[in-house]
Amino acid sequence: MDNEIIYSDTIPGGRHWSMLMRAGNVLRLIDEEGGANVGMLLYNSENTLERYNMPDTLKGQHTFRLTKGNCLYSDMGRVLCSIIEDTAGWHDTATGTCNSNLVEKRWGHRSYQEARNDYIRNGRDSFLIELGKYGLGKRDLAANINFFSRIETDLDGNLIFGKPASAAAHVDLRFEMNTIVIFHTCPHPLNPASTYPSRPVTYEIRRANPVTINDACRTLREENERAFTNTLLYRAGGDT
Amino acid sequence: MILESQRRPADASFRQIIEAGDYFMRILDEGEVFRILDLEGNQAVDTLFYSAENPAERYSTVDTIREQGNVYLTAGTSLLSTEGNVMLEIIADTCGRHDTLGGACAAESNTVRYALDKKTMHSCRDSWLLALAEHERFDMSKRDITHNINFFMNVPVTPAGGLTFEDGISDAGKYVELIARMKTIVLISNCPQLNNPCNAYNPTPIEVFVWRDAS
Repeated sequence: MDNEIIYSDTIPGGRHWSMLMRAGNVLRLIDEEGGANVGMLLYNSENTLERYNMPDTLKGQHTFRLTKGNCLYSDMGRVLCSIIEDTAGWHDTATGTCNSNLVEKRWGHRSYQEARNDYIRNGRDSFLIELGKYGLGKRDLAANINFFSRIETDLDGNLIFGKPASAAAHVDLRFEMNTIVIFHTCPHPLNPASTYPSRPVTYEIRRANPVTINDACRTLREENERAFTNTLLYRAGGDT
Repeated sequence: MILESQRRPADASFRQIIEAGDYFMRILDEGEVFRILDLEGNQAVDTLFYSAENPAERYSTVDTIREQGNVYLTAGTSLLSTEGNVMLEIIADTCGRHDTLGGACAAESNTVRYALDKKTMHSCRDSWLLALAEHERFDMSKRDITHNINFFMNVPVTPAGGLTFEDGISDAGKYVELIARMKTIVLISNCPQLNNPCNAYNPTPIEVFVWRDAS
């Protein structure tokens, strides 16, 4: 994906933002220094009751990790976006996000009054703030994606915090539907670092190449093909 | 972990058989014990929990998994809410492992998993939507349908990051028992899935029990 960059920005670690990604555009996330985490939630912008669904995404593709070739399904049997490139290899979606209690217990407290804009933020509050901009709230929280964080399991199902992504690792999300993207750069809740990890993330937006009949995400599994069929049917009614 | 209960069905303050494909919705008071009994074996019991005082606080799959450091639910598991509070604890389990990653079936996800022409088949989400519509006093809707527990389902995660759907490890007569640590709405869909070999393509009834006294 080397199409011209339409927009690019870098978000410091421990911050949050949101935006509308239109179908046919690609969002690249870049872990500039290595060890970043991007917590993300996704909603259909035309009907926010349709949102990213972790269980449907995992069971539809028989996977616990997300990587190149995987599609991120909504709860309505459609594809919100496809992972068309990934140099990190493993992104978590099963262990949620950090909240204020967890952050304070693990990394301590640093208030706005002490640190001004370098105060320590947490993933849950970050999600709630961004969700609020679209009339969404606590009832709309769902299992999020943690890009660049690798959570493995052993044979008994115990969680293991895996090797962090390397500097300059990137992942490309091609949007198949108009999608509200809610994200933050707060640390992964299982990150064992002794001080609050704060890593910047750059994002870039480009036009996507057309989705072909033998597209690697679409053809990864029969389930993806059917989810694409559902998505194309939805889009047939308009220009989305 | 296999852990049997000493409670006797004869002492239960409430018991009810839930037929395959039906829903069950009830408030559990703090301290009440709730048992789900797999009557014929390998039945998926898709279950959601909400705080009865504030249904915006509800069972959280990801917080529960993360805080216990393990993807499977069994005796000893604390079911955490989205606010980080303990909603219920699993205090007995003769099955040994329950899934909370696989979600529930819906008309739309059935089209993806099985075939596009499955969209008019009965599903767990249909049962839940009807339950919420019929219980207007809770003021809940599709917005509140979050990630659930699949009691008696076996969905192993592999060290390589795969997710597999194995034959059930449950059997006729296996049960799981929970104690409510807050006043909780329990919402069950006794799964009507006809396309999945996990239940031998044959959804079957379950029975639920409530004991008022935890001792």
